[in-house]
Amino acid sequence: MTVSDDQGRAGSPVLTELPEDVSVETEEGRRLAEALQDSRRHARKLLEVRNLSTQFYTSDGVVHAVDEVSFELDYGETLGLVGESGCGKSVTALSLTRLVPNPPGKIVAGEIILDGINILKLSNEEMRRLRGKKIGFIFQDPMTSLNPTLTIGFQIAESARVHLDLSRKAAEDRAVELLSKVGIPRARDRMKDYPHQFSGGMRQRVMIAIALACDPMLLLADEPTTALDVTIQAQILELIKSLSSEFGTAVILITHDLGIAAGMCNRINVMYAGRIVETGPVDDIFERPRMPYAWGLLESLPRLDEERHNRLRTIEGLPPDLINPGAECRFSPRCRYARDVCREHEPELSEREGEGHKARCFGTEPGGWIQ
Amino acid sequence: MANQTQALEVPGALTRKPASLWGDAWKRLRKNKLALVGGFFVLLLLFVAIFGPYLTPYDYRTQDFVSLKANHYQVIPPFHFGHLLGTDELGRDLLSRLMDGARISMTVAVVVQIVVLLIGLPMGAAAGWFGGRLDTFLMRFTDVVYAFPDLLFIILLSVSFRETFFGKAMDGLLLVFVAIGMVSWVTMARLVRGQLLSLKEQEYVEAARAIGVSDFRIVTRHLLPNAIGPVIVAVTLGIPGAILTEATLAFIGIGVQAPRASWGSLAFTGEPYIRSQPHLILFPAIAIAIALVSFTFLGDGLRDALDPKLKGKQ
Repeated sequence: MTVSDDQGRAGSPVLTELPEDVSVETEEGRRLAEALQDSRRHARKLLEVRNLSTQFYTSDGVVHAVDEVSFELDYGETLGLVGESGCGKSVTALSLTRLVPNPPGKIVAGEIILDGINILKLSNEEMRRLRGKKIGFIFQDPMTSLNPTLTIGFQIAESARVHLDLSRKAAEDRAVELLSKVGIPRARDRMKDYPHQFSGGMRQRVMIAIALACDPMLLLADEPTTALDVTIQAQILELIKSLSSEFGTAVILITHDLGIAAGMCNRINVMYAGRIVETGPVDDIFERPRMPYAWGLLESLPRLDEERHNRLRTIEGLPPDLINPGAECRFSPRCRYARDVCREHEPELSEREGEGHKARCFGTEPGGWIQ
Repeated sequence: MANQTQALEVPGALTRKPASLWGDAWKRLRKNKLALVGGFFVLLLLFVAIFGPYLTPYDYRTQDFVSLKANHYQVIPPFHFGHLLGTDELGRDLLSRLMDGARISMTVAVVVQIVVLLIGLPMGAAAGWFGGRLDTFLMRFTDVVYAFPDLLFIILLSVSFRETFFGKAMDGLLLVFVAIGMVSWVTMARLVRGQLLSLKEQEYVEAARAIGVSDFRIVTRHLLPNAIGPVIVAVTLGIPGAILTEATLAFIGIGVQAPRASWGSLAFTGEPYIRSQPHLILFPAIAIAIALVSFTFLGDGLRDALDPKLKGKQ
């Protein structure tokens, strides 16, 4: 039996699992397993999101929180999801784990293909087994995301016990290992401690340990440092970065802080009003942003290399109401460069200079009026 | 990172024993003298209930004919013929009978609360966790049980099943206990539902979901431990009610069968002598009162200890 170098997507006579009669102990088995892993990784993306739409049914009407969002993520890649509050970043992340509170929320359309599986087609039970095992989630506020009545050790070991079917002892050893990996000294002693005995930064380290307990392929970090002070922020980000590269975990980092995204990510998706308005490699976004909203975000950052005492620039106005988004460009009411065409049609995400660099703007399209 | 780890490792730092929920609660409980007194009497009652029969020279059903004859077949008053609290009209030692009654009352306390927990916890947890129609259905059912007259239900149940195997278990007591439990779980169900309603909105529930913990495990391992404080308090405060109901039933002749006697039936048999030999009704009444008051004090103390936020209110 050979490993075909097929695209792996059609799923015809492609080897997707190691046959039972081949043991990884043998030389051949190990080679086969590695080849299988390689072919899988090259064959497809870790994550493909296509036309994902998530809506919330409220008493005021249907809120289009995430509107036809599509993006891809490679194995081991770090993707930043940036945008201001209420633009749909967190709802996108919750949709990826199918944790959107229902009611009122619902994923109404689209496909989320994680490692070849369309997770929107899974049963609730199958989805539950996927969470924590293939997708790890780090929440924003470590102060409230740990259960105050359970020990740190229990909470870290829980994921491993639920998914890996480890014994109590083995799961505990795994938890100690993880706890020291995330930089908690005297890990074994601290297993029996409760969350209130940990500081905010340490709790976020614990959350990271929990998220990585089953060695997931994808780590979702929803503003992991917002609740922490700046010095701790840097440590936590460094930890996420080093552990994700050590474990080979792909990361989707949600943040409103472009500075964080610049330091962490390979690629960035800029979101606005439930849509991706610009996407591309991190250097392209920072050096050649092709969407006025992205400029606005960049300009609103404090910079060390500019004269001080200048007030920070802000983007005038508020994000639009997502209940009845019109047919216009959603940023046009706040855009300095908007013309009539922007108020009549919404531009498509179209190619710009740079690999995979796309933007949703008439003005910066070839022949547009903004250069 | 290795450097950081080193730097944080100060020898001798953080050696103070960390405060746990139970340690903290015990500290607060210790300051509450009433609760300690209550707790002491509860322990004493439990001790008597367990070891009582081995401590008394008499059995609850042995008739002391010798002393009775010497007393002209009258009720023996306290401190006569070696009977500390006297005897009843049949010459049975009142103290021994009271100590046997403690057994019954403590069994009521335990069995009724077990039934309450067995029904109330799952009902309340399911209603609070799932919400929606199941919640409405379970809570309306709870309302119906609550609205039905307790005593009537217990009397009907004990009379209907009196002749069955179940009705005869434990001298006819098990049936009464279970019947009391079946009308007392309502408060527990409501309490647990309320707790779960607020707890399930906590972020750690979302976090547990995000690592793939099943609903059942979230409720049993993550939420119920957070509700344990109020549940313990409700159990402790529910005990006096159960003891009182049992005493009431015994007084009107339901439940314990002669020659065994609970405190309620002792009071009942002493009632005709209330003028001539008041000790026959006085001591059982005192026993009931001590049990009720100590459980109530202990329960109140536990509530303050386990939920410091509540302290000073009510």
